[in-house]
Amino acid sequence: MSSSSPPVGAASAAISASEKVDGFTRKSVRKAQRQKRSQGSSQFRSQGSQAELHPLPQLKDATSNEQQELFCQKLQQCCILFDFMDSVSDLKSKEIKRATLNELVEYVSTNRGVIVESAYSDIVKMISANIFRTLPPSDNPDFDPEEDEPTLEASWPHIQLVYEFFLRFLESPDFQPSIAKRYIDQKFVQQLLELFDSEDPRERDFLKTVLHRIYGKFLGLRAFIRKQINNIFLRFIYETEHFNGVAELLEILGSIINGFALPLKAEHKQFLMKVLIPMHTAKGLALFHAQLAYCVVQFLEKDTTLTEPVIRGLLKFWPKTCSQKEVMFLGEIEEILDVIEPTQFKKIEEPLFKQISKCVSSSHFQVAERALYFWNNEYILSLIEENIDKILPIMFGSLYKISKEHWNPTIVALVYNVLKTLMEMNGKLFDDLTSSYKAERQREKKKELEREELWKKLEELKLKKALEKQNSAYNMHSILSNTSDE
Amino acid sequence: MAGAAGPGTGPGAAGGDGDDSLYPIAVLIDELRNEDVQLRLNSIKKLSTIALALGVERTRTELLPFLTDTIYDEDEVLLALAEQLGNFTGLVGGPDFAHCLLPPLESLATVEETVVRDKAVESLRQISQEHTPIALEAHFVPLVKRLASGDWFTSRTSACGLFSVCYPRASNAVKAEIRQHFRSLCSDDTPMVRRAAASKLGEFAKVLELDSVKSEIVPLFTNLASDEQDSVRLLAVEACVSIAQLLSQEDLEALVMPTLRQAAEDKSWRVRYMVADKFSELQKAVGPKITLNDLIPAFQNLLKDCEAEVRAAAAHKVKELCENLPPEGRETIIMNQILPFIKELVSDTNQHVKSALASVIMGLSTILGKENTIEHLLPLFLAQLKDECPEVRLNIISNLDCVNEVIGIRQLSQSLLPAIVELAEDAKWRVRLAIIEYMPLLAGQLGVQFFDEKLNSLCMAWLVDHVYAIREAATNNLMKLVKKFGTEWAQNTIVPKVLVMAGDPNYLHRMTTLFCINVLSEACGQEITTKQMLPIVLKMAGDQVANVRFNVAKSLQKIGPILDTDALQEEVKPVLQKLGQDEDVDVKYFAQEALSVLALA
Repeated sequence: MSSSSPPVGAASAAISASEKVDGFTRKSVRKAQRQKRSQGSSQFRSQGSQAELHPLPQLKDATSNEQQELFCQKLQQCCILFDFMDSVSDLKSKEIKRATLNELVEYVSTNRGVIVESAYSDIVKMISANIFRTLPPSDNPDFDPEEDEPTLEASWPHIQLVYEFFLRFLESPDFQPSIAKRYIDQKFVQQLLELFDSEDPRERDFLKTVLHRIYGKFLGLRAFIRKQINNIFLRFIYETEHFNGVAELLEILGSIINGFALPLKAEHKQFLMKVLIPMHTAKGLALFHAQLAYCVVQFLEKDTTLTEPVIRGLLKFWPKTCSQKEVMFLGEIEEILDVIEPTQFKKIEEPLFKQISKCVSSSHFQVAERALYFWNNEYILSLIEENIDKILPIMFGSLYKISKEHWNPTIVALVYNVLKTLMEMNGKLFDDLTSSYKAERQREKKKELEREELWKKLEELKLKKALEKQNSAYNMHSILSNTSDE
Repeated sequence: MAGAAGPGTGPGAAGGDGDDSLYPIAVLIDELRNEDVQLRLNSIKKLSTIALALGVERTRTELLPFLTDTIYDEDEVLLALAEQLGNFTGLVGGPDFAHCLLPPLESLATVEETVVRDKAVESLRQISQEHTPIALEAHFVPLVKRLASGDWFTSRTSACGLFSVCYPRASNAVKAEIRQHFRSLCSDDTPMVRRAAASKLGEFAKVLELDSVKSEIVPLFTNLASDEQDSVRLLAVEACVSIAQLLSQEDLEALVMPTLRQAAEDKSWRVRYMVADKFSELQKAVGPKITLNDLIPAFQNLLKDCEAEVRAAAAHKVKELCENLPPEGRETIIMNQILPFIKELVSDTNQHVKSALASVIMGLSTILGKENTIEHLLPLFLAQLKDECPEVRLNIISNLDCVNEVIGIRQLSQSLLPAIVELAEDAKWRVRLAIIEYMPLLAGQLGVQFFDEKLNSLCMAWLVDHVYAIREAATNNLMKLVKKFGTEWAQNTIVPKVLVMAGDPNYLHRMTTLFCINVLSEACGQEITTKQMLPIVLKMAGDQVANVRFNVAKSLQKIGPILDTDALQEEVKPVLQKLGQDEDVDVKYFAQEALSVLALA
């Protein structure tokens, strides 16, 4: 990610010169200039002086009777939080906590039989105390996840170990969901999901694994988790357009969808159509498009009858001005076509190829190129050949036009190849279309004129009516004033 | 054909339906179905024209059903449709038929896209007012109920915005039902719906009977304010303003204040931010007594919040808060309870906080009067004038007029000058631009002498800035200065310096001379323009750079009206004619334009 950023010294020298000129520095330069920043959670309010930690004896030195008691003491000790924005305060206590957390991680992963029923409460309490926090406002209000370095969590040295411990706990062979569900409940999961908005990718990565484990082990929470993710996504699409953990959540969903039983429940289909498809409209689609497309294709592999509504949905949200997104959409369409059934293909070929025909003639060469690459796909080619009578008339106009007009020679060359392929599929139809091309254009022009004529007449009618209204008002007025005169 | 029927047809035709043979609905519907989105959009935007052509009857029986059935389109088209339908009552036959518009709008109120839904709700609200009370209960209220109990969250969200418009005109039995529906939406399963309900809570409270406000709205408010999601809780703060206005002091204290206190200390910064952001409204709503007891301590906490966002929002409100305090005792409260916290903020670690404070702090001087300002505020102003962040300094300078009225600007001039000079040379051109904007104001307050001594050279230096926007602003600045200080001053200090630049080796600087003349000539008047400026402009017609030459033509066009006829005929005309034969097309074009505008052609 950061491979292209220039060395800091060089960048700052470049800035003063370039800033004099126009004040707009390149983003990459600014980025390099800003040193890595980190931020603390929003939980530290001047709460007075911290309690100082005193090291407890090592777990391995304790007798097995004392171990359990000591384990819980250590968990309680780790509930105390430290301010990492202040890098000089409580150094000793911070180090003690770090060492203790390390010891706890090792303790639960190397020993069997230490996760006893009485410990669950303290374990979950310690985890909650450390990771659940209100995420602070973003340091950089116009944070662009594609360009900017994320702000890292300041208390990572501790939080990382807590996540590590959490995972070992969940993955331990001694772990019993039936006991844990008393503590890891809906409220817990809700808070966990909110943390996915963290700007720190390391934290989101841990959260992803944690949530995945919870989804796997707590059957009673599954529907709730899906619903909450649903809400997060809807809020992201329609309200805030901002949530850092979309890609991670989609990744989890990818494997969840994979496990759906057939026939698909209405709830799941609704999620596909009302959440996943509208997510394609998001501004930051590039950040999670791969995961999103994976989810969509998973659905289609489960149930092919969803193909038509999905493709119509994508066509509805087809990007109008963002070429980068258009290329992504084309990529997703190709992934879908790769798994499409020929009967489903017939249902959507017309609207789909109308769109493809527009893409092929896009003046942005990457869009045109991406669309033309469909003709390199053997399976798509076979689908086109089967339905050439339908598809050729749709495609012909644009292909013919750009073969003469497109500015980019690569595109023109590609189009020639495509035209040749299509001609080989049905030479007769191709010849007919070629000879009727001009007449067709003329007919379109005539239609255009007729439309203009119609609207002109309608406008005249509107004016006439307005005039009549005015006149009648005037007449009324003059009648009234006449009577008053008399 | 249509044009042939003149105004003579009279009022008889006005009420009649459109000409059926001319505009079969099929043609119009074809337009609405066109494959090209842009064309569909255009047709929808002219929906009123279509309806007019069809007449009210066919609009009701043919067009509206069609629209209701085909609500699956691009959101942009739907948005236009939702907007159009809000003004359609006349086109379907007036208030008696307003309910015909409900079905399409109901569908639009359930679509996913927020913008479309909001517009549909807006139109429904508009149309609700056009319903008779009977039609309202027969058609509109059932629609609201349907939306409120819809399956998907979108319809329930839309319903939230419709309660307050139908409640006041409904019968008591229906009112009870409406309240019941609103209650259940406030505890909806989906946070999106709770947010919508919370955001309409205040509006709904306003149309309720006071008893219902106390018995129903307050519990809803309390619940929403302690919602598990901070995005819901923060909306309750907004509702708090409206609810507080409705209650007596006693009820306020008992029913609302515990919740508001809690919101000011919420664990989420977003909620605290909202409290800070709405502080003035809250202050007005709860009245002076509660303000003193509760809000001031809360405000102090917000000013020292751990999140800079919250501190900045609170800092923005400092002046309004102080202004709204009751006059008696105001000074003491500010001096003892607010000022100490402001002093801390002047050296805050976050520049947004400091800059927010700088944008309002000067306003305190009028409230506190001369002595306090000099003793307590002046040191803060001076500290902020030296702040490392240019925005802070700019905000102070841009509000100088507040202080000027109280203590005069002289008190500040010693510190002002270095601050201005530094900003004038800031590396960021936007900062330079901002300080230029304040120059005329500063000049007025500091006086000619101070200006000539200290600031004049800065104003001249901007004329040769590397950034065009700065040069442009600098020329306009000169014009404003001349208006302030008069033509004599202009002749002695400005004009000679501007004219010297006409011989500069850099053509951009030579053009600056022309731009200055464009704006200065009018302020300076005929004599200076003819005697001093015109010769220079004419001389520049021989410049080797075409851009300079066509700007000469433009300048001549601009100053022409100020000159007398002799000068125009004898001096301007020959030069323009020569430029009209120039080898460069642009020069030719502008010269010819000038000739024709000045009527010299």
